[in-house]
Amino acid sequence: MTTTDFKRRQLSGRGIPVTGNDIDTDRIIPARYLKAVTFEGLGEYAFEDARKQNPEHPFNSPVYKGASVLVVGQNFGCGSSREHAPQALMRWGIRAIVGGSFGEIFFGNCVMLGIPCLVASQADLEWLQKAIGREPQTPVKVDVEKQEVRFGDKVIKATVPDGPRNQLVAGTWDSTAVLLEAGAAIEATAAKLPYVKGY
Amino acid sequence: MARTLLDKVWEAHTVRTLPSGQTQLLIGLHLIHEVTTPQAFQMLKDLKLKVRMPERTFGTLDHIIPTTDQSRPYADPMAEDMAAHMYRNMKEFNLPLFDMSSGKQGIVHVIGPELGLSQPGMTIACGDSHTSTHGAVGAIAFGIGTTQVRDILATQCLSMAKPKLRQVRVEGALAKGVYAKDVILAIIGTLGVKGGVGYAYEYAGDTIDRMTMEERLTLCNMSIEGGARFGYVNPDATTIEYLRGRPYAPAGAAFDRAAAWWKSVATEPGAAFDDVKHLDGGAIEPVVTWGINPGMSVGVSDKIPAPEDQPEAERPTFREALAHMGFAAGQPIKGAKIDVAFVGSCTNGRLSDLRAAAEVAKKGKVASHVRALIVPGSQQVAKAAEAEGLHEIFQAAGFQWRRAGCSMCLGMNDDKLQGREMSASSSNRNFIGRQGSPTGRTLLMSPAMVAAAAITGAVADVREILK
Repeated sequence: MTTTDFKRRQLSGRGIPVTGNDIDTDRIIPARYLKAVTFEGLGEYAFEDARKQNPEHPFNSPVYKGASVLVVGQNFGCGSSREHAPQALMRWGIRAIVGGSFGEIFFGNCVMLGIPCLVASQADLEWLQKAIGREPQTPVKVDVEKQEVRFGDKVIKATVPDGPRNQLVAGTWDSTAVLLEAGAAIEATAAKLPYVKGY
Repeated sequence: MARTLLDKVWEAHTVRTLPSGQTQLLIGLHLIHEVTTPQAFQMLKDLKLKVRMPERTFGTLDHIIPTTDQSRPYADPMAEDMAAHMYRNMKEFNLPLFDMSSGKQGIVHVIGPELGLSQPGMTIACGDSHTSTHGAVGAIAFGIGTTQVRDILATQCLSMAKPKLRQVRVEGALAKGVYAKDVILAIIGTLGVKGGVGYAYEYAGDTIDRMTMEERLTLCNMSIEGGARFGYVNPDATTIEYLRGRPYAPAGAAFDRAAAWWKSVATEPGAAFDDVKHLDGGAIEPVVTWGINPGMSVGVSDKIPAPEDQPEAERPTFREALAHMGFAAGQPIKGAKIDVAFVGSCTNGRLSDLRAAAEVAKKGKVASHVRALIVPGSQQVAKAAEAEGLHEIFQAAGFQWRRAGCSMCLGMNDDKLQGREMSASSSNRNFIGRQGSPTGRTLLMSPAMVAAAAITGAVADVREILK
């Protein structure tokens, strides 16, 4: 595969709004689903308990079936480092997330999976969530490179910090190959550390 | 220019600047456990790669293991399968595993410092968000996901951006009955659960200076609950004395040379921070969470706040929290009835935590309607506690004395809340469903406060019991 397949410049798909702040990764995927040794099949358990407790949960709604752009509030994905959370969302069909802020480990895990997380203003997020609710068939066009999200004829600002944005746009988010390129510089850096070379 | 610990440790571990602008950061200590690694090992095998620096990776079993009968095969077939994968992978890649037979098994964030693996000036990563714990020794330590575990196994490096640095200064003597847990809950309550996003926290001030290493471990453990991916305390005499004689710490003359380097990585006087926050340690009282994230807390003599008194954007979460917890705004937290008491976890599963809980347990018996568990953080903690007779104090008071593991902090084994049970817990998260029941409820507090709640049958003020 070439890096072209990995480039995440623009993504377009129907939106799905999940309102509320501080939605943690336990809520996205309860710990009982961490007991499997693979990530396979996690998609159907995304928001499992929240969906059972709330029949109106967007992930239950047939209207949002097939959506790929998740629009959330503040501090989404806080808490546990479990990659199972973005894995579950990805396997459900989510390709990009727009929110007010993100738990940092969750954000990093999303980058590792090629899922851009974009940050928009509270006012724009509320508008976008309502707009998607009114017109769930209208595509949400996410432009990672230009750092904007288009819905209908409205464009909102949606940022990604330089480093991850460069990785996503260049297709280098799956970082093993890039890190391996450092070659002997890895061992050279280690050899200079007092605790590696011996005190 | 005066430099911070973050500046120095980051620079020493920088392999290069990546084309993306991120840093290729060398990871000096990689800790792994059974739950977030099997997929990483599989990815490594799929890529036909070896472990780059096997001598820098150590593993244990903690998340999924039972705390009753720990003999294998485990009763839960999924737990057994997960453990079997861990044994197989560690063997295949020739990595050390601290399992039950080692006498060194325990929660990864308890054993790292306890064994002297976690040292000042290191970068430490683990597939677990509470890796921030190890910052207590003056390390840059943070949680990662499974694909990043693969990257460290394959390259000993991560692609990272250096965060901003906030100094959190706590000053003043803590009152009796107020512990490091109360300090970190007060910090999170003040700065918010997202206040630390984009930041690392440097904890400083005379309150922190006086803390023991175990207290600092509790403090740094919950940095992530405040949104900060990592937090640290500058290495000082407390750090050095804590590490002296530990199995993986240097010995003899090498220890003195190490200590000199450890001191040299501390933040220099006059160093600049992106911002500084102040807390009055003397004003902190025992803290109890009432809601569904660790920032939703009050002092034990306070009342549960009203959504109407919050900024508008926060009100829906407050209403959701009150509904889930079954609390009313304005209700005092003291007197809230509990069903379960849990002392343990990487936050508060160390010897000093068990001692604090035992001091309270001596004053009464577990209320008849309460199920109370004491889960030591490691085999060594259990052994030390048993040598002091703490297990007998607990058992005499009606607490169950368990084997080491993560247990009811996240309910991946049989230690779970049932239905809407209300738990007084010394762990770190009160998220909906966190303790194993989708409708379960969690009140976070210090181990002494958990013991006080256990013998009272409801949230109580430990200061009144210790009087």
